[in-house]
Amino acid sequence: MNIYEINCPQKKESRNFFEVDNRIGAKGFQEAPTLTELLERDKQRNEIVSKFNIENTLQAEMAFAAIGRTENPALKSAYLKAWNFERLSFEDGLLLLRQGELNLLGALATRVKKKFHPENKASFLIDRNINYTNVCRIGCDFCAFYRREGDSDAYVHTDESIYQKISETIALGGTSVLMQGGVNPKLKIEYYENLFRGIKQRFKIHLHALSIIEIEGIAQVSRLTVPETLDRLKAAGLDSIPGAGAEILVDEIRLNQSPVKRHSRRWIATMQEAHKANLPTTATMMFGALERDEHVIEHICRIRDAQDETQGFYSFIMWTFQGENTELLEKNPELTTCSAVEYLKVVAISRLMMDNIPNIQGSWVTMGPKIGQVSLHYGANDMGSIMIEENVVSAAGTAHTLTSDSMIELIRRSGFTPVQRDVYYNIIAEFPQESDL
Amino acid sequence: MSYRIRQSNTCQKGLFMETSGLGLSHRPSVLHRASHPQGKKLPSAAQVQSALRKALAGERLNFDDGVAIYHTQNLVELGEVANEINLRRNGRDVYFNVNRHINPTNVCALSCKFCAFSKKPGDVGAYVYSDEEIASKALSAANAGATEVHMVGGLHPRWNLKNYQNIIRIVKQTAPQLHIKAFTAVEMDWLARRERKPVEEIMTALKDAGLGSMPGGGAEIFAPYIRDQICDTKLSGEGWIDIHRKAHSMGLRSNCTMLYGHIEDIESRVDHMLKLRDLQDETEGFNVFIPLAFQPENNALGISHHTWGTDDLKTIAVARLLMDNFRNIKSYWVMTGDKLAQTALHYGANDLDGTVVEEKIANSAGSQGGMDLAKKKLLTLIRKADRIPVERSTVYEAIRRYDDISQDDVVQNQNNEQTGSLMSGVQQ
Repeated sequence: MNIYEINCPQKKESRNFFEVDNRIGAKGFQEAPTLTELLERDKQRNEIVSKFNIENTLQAEMAFAAIGRTENPALKSAYLKAWNFERLSFEDGLLLLRQGELNLLGALATRVKKKFHPENKASFLIDRNINYTNVCRIGCDFCAFYRREGDSDAYVHTDESIYQKISETIALGGTSVLMQGGVNPKLKIEYYENLFRGIKQRFKIHLHALSIIEIEGIAQVSRLTVPETLDRLKAAGLDSIPGAGAEILVDEIRLNQSPVKRHSRRWIATMQEAHKANLPTTATMMFGALERDEHVIEHICRIRDAQDETQGFYSFIMWTFQGENTELLEKNPELTTCSAVEYLKVVAISRLMMDNIPNIQGSWVTMGPKIGQVSLHYGANDMGSIMIEENVVSAAGTAHTLTSDSMIELIRRSGFTPVQRDVYYNIIAEFPQESDL
Repeated sequence: MSYRIRQSNTCQKGLFMETSGLGLSHRPSVLHRASHPQGKKLPSAAQVQSALRKALAGERLNFDDGVAIYHTQNLVELGEVANEINLRRNGRDVYFNVNRHINPTNVCALSCKFCAFSKKPGDVGAYVYSDEEIASKALSAANAGATEVHMVGGLHPRWNLKNYQNIIRIVKQTAPQLHIKAFTAVEMDWLARRERKPVEEIMTALKDAGLGSMPGGGAEIFAPYIRDQICDTKLSGEGWIDIHRKAHSMGLRSNCTMLYGHIEDIESRVDHMLKLRDLQDETEGFNVFIPLAFQPENNALGISHHTWGTDDLKTIAVARLLMDNFRNIKSYWVMTGDKLAQTALHYGANDLDGTVVEEKIANSAGSQGGMDLAKKKLLTLIRKADRIPVERSTVYEAIRRYDDISQDDVVQNQNNEQTGSLMSGVQQ
């Protein structure tokens, strides 16, 4: 049995919602209906509407009116597909990104989100990022964190200092640690096995660690295959794998941004190896740098296809490129950072397209708390971690930190009930609504 | 009285913390969130719906409707309706202007609890610009292609009408092409009392000296149960309205604002918007409504957080729906940050304000003028929001519509001493 199904009951549930709606749903009409037709349909739809917690018809009317006004037939059909919970194609996604109306996308994404998460909740995680080393032989253009071996500020944390950080994390209510560093050629698999065993002996904590590129690095310096590496790491205590290093999974762009990182097909293959080794993972996307619209959509499609095969991604996380201190910006001074409207559109479109991944995470770290809050209304159901330590992003000039109190307040003020979750999105604490705005 | 963005002054902050710690402060350091005397009744979802339907049908919303839509949990729905109303009225055009702020002094007789800008005479950091400084700032603004200077300052205890006339004359003489938008109702009132003359005479004198229009500052929140707690020594709400009424009647157009995100409640915000709507019905003299997000740095209200993103968007959207006689609702990027301000263009706002180059936050490097840089960024922000940038004058006449990206010649002036970064004003 897949570990993912044991730990993540939510996903099964969401499948059911999906099927129910497809059976009863208003499938198959090509033209946007008139208001009268719509109200007529509403009567039939009331049952579904109440099921999905869509209390009002005004938003539905506005959505249909907006769809009806759409002149481009391809765009109209993409909207209708989204409304009907049908799978969107690459072309649909691209059209929505280029020409979609921000608020209509938000309304559609919220509708799809309610199918996965019918309750009005938004979750967050208390964990700590431990960047165990900053030595990396890859050297991506967009990274302001890495150092070369022998640099004066290169480091590898001692095991004791890592234990210290973990016990602090637990004291702050944390349930997991995210350990990522660089591809350090000095560190072989024994280092990781020792460290992980040491952690697991001392603490009851979830180990969410090592990006794909690090795992490949470990395999290489330890002369192991990737599946062997994964098995040994899992045996030593690794629980799940973060989806970092995906950046944009289109070779054209990857070669440009991170010349040494493996090609996208390798990234996906290694992720799928992890799924086969019963290690669930997240998937990420970093955008707002050099990619074009079609790359963003292609990235989403590739992850969706991989998910169809191995079912191991439990969350999709989006980051926007942060400019300061990076070589990418030095080489491309005309580069502008991703604007909020573009970001919210991408969040919404991800929610619409990712019909097989239950969770979409908004990023308050790179977009700021205000837009993070707003993203919950554009399809995101999770605000990620409160980030007790985040060296990588703050090296590039974004130093947002939140305490769990302000995270709770932030979610509450955006109109949702805040819940603390674990890595697998099980709710471990709920903070009911009490504010008036 | 001025709540413009400033880099927070650690010296003053330290001082304040010290006094409040010793319990010496005559004003309480923490105020409780004030609420409407009639108490709260949370509106039902049905009320929200019917208010939104009214707005879509073009009917005027009342106080209860305003409160209801403010409480909606469905942010996007509110945004869709406000966006629809804005598109009907303004299409996809979004205004910005090229302007510069000059704050002639930060010395102020008032002690508003939300203000991080004012200083007492003799305080460390108190300043008064000389005539030459004002002239050089005006000149560099004009050379950089600005069409407006925005001037507000503290209520300097030694200044009289002559000082104010002088400031306007200096700018007018140095750069006659600049529109002078200067001095809030609070300053006008102060001058009138100092000179023991009716405020109309003051405004006429300044208008004769070259004043073009009045900014909207000093409105804060009109409702006395809030106003008394945040700025009890300032001009009252009625007084503010009255001075703008008089300005409009003598042909001086003006802006209006609302300071939100401190101790006010929803009822007082809606009340504030409706008071402005009433005056607009009467005079049609307001150019634009500008909600101002409270800045928590260095205030005496004990508030430590920025406004919430959803609150910023709701405020823009509610203003668009409630204030149906205002053509322009401004999303002021300096207060909310460029990201939120851009999103607000889909929540009913049709103006991003200006380049607001401020010497204090300018950096000295680079040959390209800060104003050009700022303008370029504004164009990008608006375009990336799928809207068409239109440069406007202070009184909202279109100067140039940037509907063709290939025609951009943003870098028109290299002759700048001041440089600045658009985004350095706000850190969120």
